[in-house]
Amino acid sequence: MTVTKQPARPPAHDRPTLAGRLWAPGWIRAALSQPLSFLVALALTVGIRAAYKYDPLFDWDAITTVALITMPLGFIVGIGCFDYWFRWASGAPTIAEDHSGHGAKTWKDYFRVNTDHKVIGIQYIITTFFFFIVGGLMAMVVRAELAQPGTQFVDPNTYNGLFSVHASLMIFLFIIPVFAGIANYVIPLMIGAPDMAFPRLNALSFWMLPTAGVMMMASFFAEGGAFATGWTAYAPLSTETPIGQQFFTIGVQFAGASSIATALNFLVTIITMRAPGMTFWRMPLLVWANFTTSLLVVIATPFIAGSQFFVLLDRSLGMNFFNQAAGGDVLMYQHVFWFYSHPAVYIMMLPGFGIVSEVISTHARKPVFGYRMMAFSLVAIVILGFTVWAHHMFVSGMHNWLRVPMMITTMLIAVPTGIKIFSWLATLWRGVIHLTTPMLFALGFITMFTLGGISGIILAVIPVVIHVSDTYFIVAHIHYVLFGGSVFTIFAGLYHWFPKMTGRMYDERLGKAHFWLSFIFFNLTFGPMHFVGIDGMPRRVADYADEFATMNALISVSSFFFGLSFLVFLYNMITSWRNGPKAVANPWRAHSIEWQVSSPPPIFNFDEIPTVVGGPYEYGVPGAVHAVFKDVPVPAKAKPAPAGGGGAPPPTE
Amino acid sequence: MLGMVVVSVLATIVGIAISLAIDWFPPQASTAAEDIDLLWDVLMIASVPIFVLVMSVAIYSVLLFRAKPGDLSDGAPIHGNTRLEIVWVTIPFIMVSALAAYGWVVLNDIEEKQANDMVVNVTAQQFAWRFDYPDDGKVKSNQLVLAKDRPVEFHVRTEDVLHAFWVPEFRLKTDTVPGLTTQIRVTPSKIGEYEVVCTELCGLGHSTMRQNVRVVSQEEFDTWLSEEQKQEQGEQASAAGGDQASEGKRVFTEDGCASCHSLADAESASRIGPGLDDLGDTARRMGKRHGQSPAQYVRAAIANPDASLTRDFNAGVMPTDFEKRLSPAEIDTLVKYLLSVSGGSK
Repeated sequence: MTVTKQPARPPAHDRPTLAGRLWAPGWIRAALSQPLSFLVALALTVGIRAAYKYDPLFDWDAITTVALITMPLGFIVGIGCFDYWFRWASGAPTIAEDHSGHGAKTWKDYFRVNTDHKVIGIQYIITTFFFFIVGGLMAMVVRAELAQPGTQFVDPNTYNGLFSVHASLMIFLFIIPVFAGIANYVIPLMIGAPDMAFPRLNALSFWMLPTAGVMMMASFFAEGGAFATGWTAYAPLSTETPIGQQFFTIGVQFAGASSIATALNFLVTIITMRAPGMTFWRMPLLVWANFTTSLLVVIATPFIAGSQFFVLLDRSLGMNFFNQAAGGDVLMYQHVFWFYSHPAVYIMMLPGFGIVSEVISTHARKPVFGYRMMAFSLVAIVILGFTVWAHHMFVSGMHNWLRVPMMITTMLIAVPTGIKIFSWLATLWRGVIHLTTPMLFALGFITMFTLGGISGIILAVIPVVIHVSDTYFIVAHIHYVLFGGSVFTIFAGLYHWFPKMTGRMYDERLGKAHFWLSFIFFNLTFGPMHFVGIDGMPRRVADYADEFATMNALISVSSFFFGLSFLVFLYNMITSWRNGPKAVANPWRAHSIEWQVSSPPPIFNFDEIPTVVGGPYEYGVPGAVHAVFKDVPVPAKAKPAPAGGGGAPPPTE
Repeated sequence: MLGMVVVSVLATIVGIAISLAIDWFPPQASTAAEDIDLLWDVLMIASVPIFVLVMSVAIYSVLLFRAKPGDLSDGAPIHGNTRLEIVWVTIPFIMVSALAAYGWVVLNDIEEKQANDMVVNVTAQQFAWRFDYPDDGKVKSNQLVLAKDRPVEFHVRTEDVLHAFWVPEFRLKTDTVPGLTTQIRVTPSKIGEYEVVCTELCGLGHSTMRQNVRVVSQEEFDTWLSEEQKQEQGEQASAAGGDQASEGKRVFTEDGCASCHSLADAESASRIGPGLDDLGDTARRMGKRHGQSPAQYVRAAIANPDASLTRDFNAGVMPTDFEKRLSPAEIDTLVKYLLSVSGGSK
């Protein structure tokens, strides 16, 4: 490892002059950029208003809106994401990439722009967990307010802000990007690539995220409070509410741009940078999962960007996309929004499917049952996922005829999803099951996600939906799918790859305690919501009828214990990362490539590029290997796998 | 294996029994409720076996195939089984197709147009519901009164943002959409008192946007209707006769003010917006500051509420289009009424 302590700098900045230090990419420059970009916003707004002779000259809503665009951009430039491109574009000599920025030697290296996918992966995970904690604390306040009928702790405006910011952070700043973080770390290693295809774009993707999250949190300080229209931000409410709404409208653009850039990066990486012999049909299912997820992101995310741009233009420039009095179309918002936001549900689930396939196969010591169908079902979900958006709109007043086709396509998604559930169960059958923490979370996922899937089927049947839409039944369903589903797989993945990422082992007893506590209190928190929802309690209310008091008290108490269970995880992660026992390269005896290198992996992943010779899950097949390194003798012939197995014959290139 | 099958069959039976025994829904007060509740039971009967199957296989796998300490062996190298995969593609496919077909049939049943139905226009606004009965003497009302067994077709509109019209006991719901009139059909089947609940987030007063529904016998309904008609004519007469106080009160309660502002004279106790019982003082004080008469101040505050915010209340809550919704004469009457009942017309 020939890593110099300081990243290479152009000669002009070599001298540690004050100006040089201020000009160097990093936190000082990022901090300086903030007042500067605010001044830019101020000058731009006031200048234009003066030119048009608008009164008043200082319109704080307009200034805030422009500042919400310039300040994050200023931060991203200040921290250094654009330095290389700016130099290149201006014709200045670019700094040759000597990879000195790769790797992280101290914790401080995680706080600068870094192009190493492993560093970026960890940056993603830590950042998203920060927002997970903030969003979780907001949920705790929401539950405190709902513990009794009536108003106790927060007024309705703050309450609406709390659940809106909670959902937005959890969706846009936690679940979607944490999967991108895990994949960022694992995917290049899994496919035998030294890094992602576009490392600088990768860094830019990451640094856009905190700006979006901070913006959403900062909306609480806006005049009139945080955005309070739910994460769905339905127009025309969202075009009429105070300035806090802009923090969502613009924040989503940054989170979305980050998401799209990462997805493109994954697609190019997976398509072009697989190790020799790594055919598509030898890719681990996590790679398949992220490949299909990235397709979804690239196709769908521009739609939510569009829907929020419409809102932004309506609010700021007086356009009338959603002003029906001026010919706007209110329902269009929902169609465009859900055309993204339903596929987004799969963006938040498919990577978890991938993680669970890895975890179950490895910890049950068996090949994934029906590998090809597992991959095909991902593709089927991607395609079907685009045909079901209007099931969110069964009572929206849209065309009645559209409901039945959407009911049918929605229910059909149960078929590929069922294939996955049953194949995981068949993978467990006759395995040698090690009940490690990741395995427990994977099993918890299968059972809880089945429940969420069943309530999902119920939520396709129009007559039932007419009754339960916008009730707590929906809240229950989405948390079964996103917490019992996605978040359980995130925990499974983090425990599974913790040794690889940190080079340390986590505490297994604490891990199991975390699982059981969160499994029990998850069900006690969200299970009863099904009942109160069907019984008539609408969602997004700060106050409710007295008949629901007992159930809500139970839900709130459980939710506090549920929140506390997360502390076990946090304590385990922190202490194990600092003092846990050293991890060996391959503690789970897994076959996929990331486990064949040291823990944590070498700075450039592989001292020698691996050659893939068989499927990734050939547990129990005598003599089967997934990949070999050049200095390891290649086995005479990897045994061809039986039908449905991962070992497609080598390509005849 | 046999044990597993027996236990899961038993668990399925118990699960179905429990799911049918649970009293999931609020009382049934419309003909559609029976259909929907039956559909729900069928969905439960179809769901429980699937859930029990997944749980049993997962639990039994863990019990049967758990690794002994120190066991480093691998499982059986089974890569798949085409026949099994065909089975678990086909059976769910048939199940969801059947359920979708059944759901469609129920949907058609509950939405079928009934002979002899009565139209009720529903108007939503932040944060109140208004109802009028165009077929029956153009009665306007703040509470929804329906006759048992008389089919109703609701025509639902909104004056501002999205809301949703839902009576849990009827099981039926529709959003109210600016620019659209959405429709639902209901046949009330049980005498009683229920509530219209708004279920689409519509702003600060969302959780308070509820109104009474009474389902009464046909005779009682007719009596109510004719009384309302008389009252309405009386009000119109008195309004024409210059009874400005009652006209002002009518505007206050019927055009939305009362759903957010408390005012003792109009028996309104809502606390979403500032209370108006001491409006007289405020208007005099604030008016003086801006060189306006109290009436001018109140008028301006109705037209442009965000410009005259009181402490503890936020901009953007009160709709800004009351100047458009109300006629100038109505606003005048309203302002006079408000000042007269809050000590402002001295």
